[in-house]
Amino acid sequence: MSAKALDKTPFLMTAPGVIFFIMLLGVPMLMTFLLSLHSYDFTTGIQPDWTISNYIEVLGDPYFHKIFGRTFGLALLVTVICVLIGVPEAYVLAHLPNPWRSVFLLVVLGPLLISVVVRTLGWALFFGGKGVLTMIASGLGFGEEPVSLMFTFTGMTIALVHVLVPFMVISVWASLQKIDPQSEDAALTLGASKLTVLYRITLPQVMPGILSGSIIVFALTASAFATPAIIGGRRMKVVATAAYDEYLSTLNWPLGAAIAVILLVVNIVIIVSYNKLVERRFAKVFE
Amino acid sequence: MRRLGPIALCFHALFVAFILAPLLMVVAVSFTDKGYLSLPTDGLSLRWFRAILDNPDFIDAFWVSVWLALVSATIAVIIAVPASLAIARKKFPGREVIAAFLLSPLMIPHLVLGVAFLQFYSKIGLGGSFYGLLAAHVILITPYALRLALASATGLPREAEDAALTLGASRFTVFRRITLPLILPGVAGGWLLSFITSFDELTMSVFVASPATQTLPVRMYHHITQTIDPLIASVSTVLIVLTFGVMLILDRFYGLDKIFVGKG
Amino acid sequence: MSFLTLESLNKEFGDFTAVRDMNLTIEQGEFISLLGPSGCGKTTTLQMIAGLLPPTRGKILLDGKDITKTPPNKRGLGIVFQSYALFPHMTATENVAFGLEMRGVAKVERMDRARVALDQVKLGQFAHRYPKEMSGGQRQRVALARALVIEPPVLLLDEPLSNLDAKLREEMRIELRLLQQDIGVTTILVTHDQEEALSMSDRIVVMKDGDMAQIAAPLDLYERPLNTFVSDFVGKTNLIKARAAAGSQGQSVVIVDGHADTLTQNLTLALPGEALIEGESVTLSIRPEKFLMSKEGPGHKVEVQASIFMGASWLYRVNSPMGELFVTQPNTGAAGYAKGDTAYLSWPDDAVMLFSEAA
Repeated sequence: MSAKALDKTPFLMTAPGVIFFIMLLGVPMLMTFLLSLHSYDFTTGIQPDWTISNYIEVLGDPYFHKIFGRTFGLALLVTVICVLIGVPEAYVLAHLPNPWRSVFLLVVLGPLLISVVVRTLGWALFFGGKGVLTMIASGLGFGEEPVSLMFTFTGMTIALVHVLVPFMVISVWASLQKIDPQSEDAALTLGASKLTVLYRITLPQVMPGILSGSIIVFALTASAFATPAIIGGRRMKVVATAAYDEYLSTLNWPLGAAIAVILLVVNIVIIVSYNKLVERRFAKVFE
Repeated sequence: MRRLGPIALCFHALFVAFILAPLLMVVAVSFTDKGYLSLPTDGLSLRWFRAILDNPDFIDAFWVSVWLALVSATIAVIIAVPASLAIARKKFPGREVIAAFLLSPLMIPHLVLGVAFLQFYSKIGLGGSFYGLLAAHVILITPYALRLALASATGLPREAEDAALTLGASRFTVFRRITLPLILPGVAGGWLLSFITSFDELTMSVFVASPATQTLPVRMYHHITQTIDPLIASVSTVLIVLTFGVMLILDRFYGLDKIFVGKG
Repeated sequence: MSFLTLESLNKEFGDFTAVRDMNLTIEQGEFISLLGPSGCGKTTTLQMIAGLLPPTRGKILLDGKDITKTPPNKRGLGIVFQSYALFPHMTATENVAFGLEMRGVAKVERMDRARVALDQVKLGQFAHRYPKEMSGGQRQRVALARALVIEPPVLLLDEPLSNLDAKLREEMRIELRLLQQDIGVTTILVTHDQEEALSMSDRIVVMKDGDMAQIAAPLDLYERPLNTFVSDFVGKTNLIKARAAAGSQGQSVVIVDGHADTLTQNLTLALPGEALIEGESVTLSIRPEKFLMSKEGPGHKVEVQASIFMGASWLYRVNSPMGELFVTQPNTGAAGYAKGDTAYLSWPDDAVMLFSEAA
């Protein structure tokens, strides 16, 4: 084999993608990283110097601490809620008789295809000062004062759970499909109660699905833009909306680039370390 | 099949209500006959759907999105098909690196892609152009097309192609008559998923699009940050109905669950 | 006294009756097989005994107690599933110890007993492997150990050997049977493999379309099937269409109509048995290995159409006065008949089974 000339075909077949990606992904990403190493002056713009002052500013400033803290707190909370409601829902879906199973699978997954803007708009209509929440509150006799979840952490959490929970459901659903239903029967005949079967047999087998769903939900929440921008607004800034403002309002591109780089690095670190964890923990147990 | 208890079914009903509530809310508000946000308690009206016709910027943005999604999904598939065949079928040095590279946009937050393209295009003078937007979308959606193509190419029976070769077919004939028809479902599914992903994309496009090349989500986003009115609800309702149609097609031919496993 | 009793057990799925009026009594320590083609109701029966499916009607009694309504986790029966149904996230030991844990056995003791059970199925050195790291045969043994360690009154085996390759399957048959006799556990095996049922059971229940076609010990079942279905499903046989003729006392006379391509005359056979109603359609069954084949006779002249060497035996397809027949002859070391050879076929009187039903 070693004497044979290297087959060029696979390189030719992947070349269009690779060249396109180097020029239009590699170069812009590199430029963003380099940009983050310049300083910025509000009168003269981007400086030609090299500095890590942007990173120091982002990592040292309590203002950014608050934003990063809020973002990852939000991501954690949304992930936990998605686990708490998405896992049982996937279980219910898997045990529904057809045709209900197909119908509700469509209902639960279908929203993933609908623009995030539209889905968030729905919650904005609920949350707004003249929204349904206010109507319900006044109907229940809580007075005419508007009840609003707009520009609140709670509002963002609810809307993001709605946007992202289908990813948890589908991930757990896929794991559930792989379970041998006889393994649950086997545990039952060995004397386990239904609750024990759920806890000791079913749940451990869908753990990989729960973990991969969690990582998807966490990563997408941490970098979410549309929902925090519409529901959270300027009052509840997260990393993505803060970077957006640096770029398009303050025009401090180098600082915005530094925020983007940090977000990217955190994102990749989380995904990669998750994959390592799964490999170590589950390699012997599951395919 | 084990029966579900009443608690499980109650939970399920609440969950489904939670999923549908905001969508139903949007649809309900779009039928109001009032000039402000309200539920259509005094009867249904189509005035806000007629109002879309008086707002050409939404219609223009819609066509930008459709055209952008059509072209970018097609380019993504053209890139993905040969790449998927090489990656799935051949062993060559750098194979895994190339695969990871072509799938890497999945790991990059759209915001990061957006700021990267914003700076890049302003440097090379493509800022706000349709072609810049197009290239950015191709980068974003190629991984989706690639992943579905890879799944089909991996499951391809080698023997069928070998059999065709021994029966006297040329390499190109084998590709055209055996390989392509076998991976076509995956490729078509990948195209459709790419189309929808491009059509719905907001975060990256918001950085790259200029007022002249605004996509529908970007147009809607800017509208919502200014004002939330029944007009945006009626535009959204139209989108929901269109998406529902696409969803039925996707589910009919591929099964939604198969397409979404591992998306994101 | 019977140990396990099924009393007019019925299972219906909508309009479809999967099991109809099943009555069966099983003695303690007995090995019973439920044998039948897929869809005959054998697995449904097993699931009802296990408590995984509620019967539509009827009762299940275990050691005199009615367990029809007892949930599966309170029945205490041991089951080996077709897919083995091992818990993929537990090691072999943890799998085996699970049932003991559910019974509140203390950790040290249950680990000890799990180890003993694994030794019993010769898997001692694989105690800490996960199912994924074991072969099909090893997984099968873990499943067996897991079912036996709880010392169940009844062991239920659902096609336990069907996922193993042919050679391993034969070894496991012997091993499983010896282990069962050793422990003395009452065992019910569900299988579609007649060889498996014949080689392992004390008694076999042949099922067809939800009904019991016959219950008998293996040899009886093979030699004295009650109907054409059993004779054809258990072992190989030649089914020959015939019609009854007038016979005298203690003798049935049948006529096999001549086949245009093999002989022009009708063949009349006299068999021991009751006289038949003249003109009735009947079926004869003769097993391939019951024939005696010779070069010179005596017997009916046949022509060899195909000849296949099977190692231990020869399989021939011959054209005979009774139509096309399959004939097996032991390999004696000499050359067999070749295609186109003429030979003579005879058989002992008791080799022919007569069924008063059209084939």
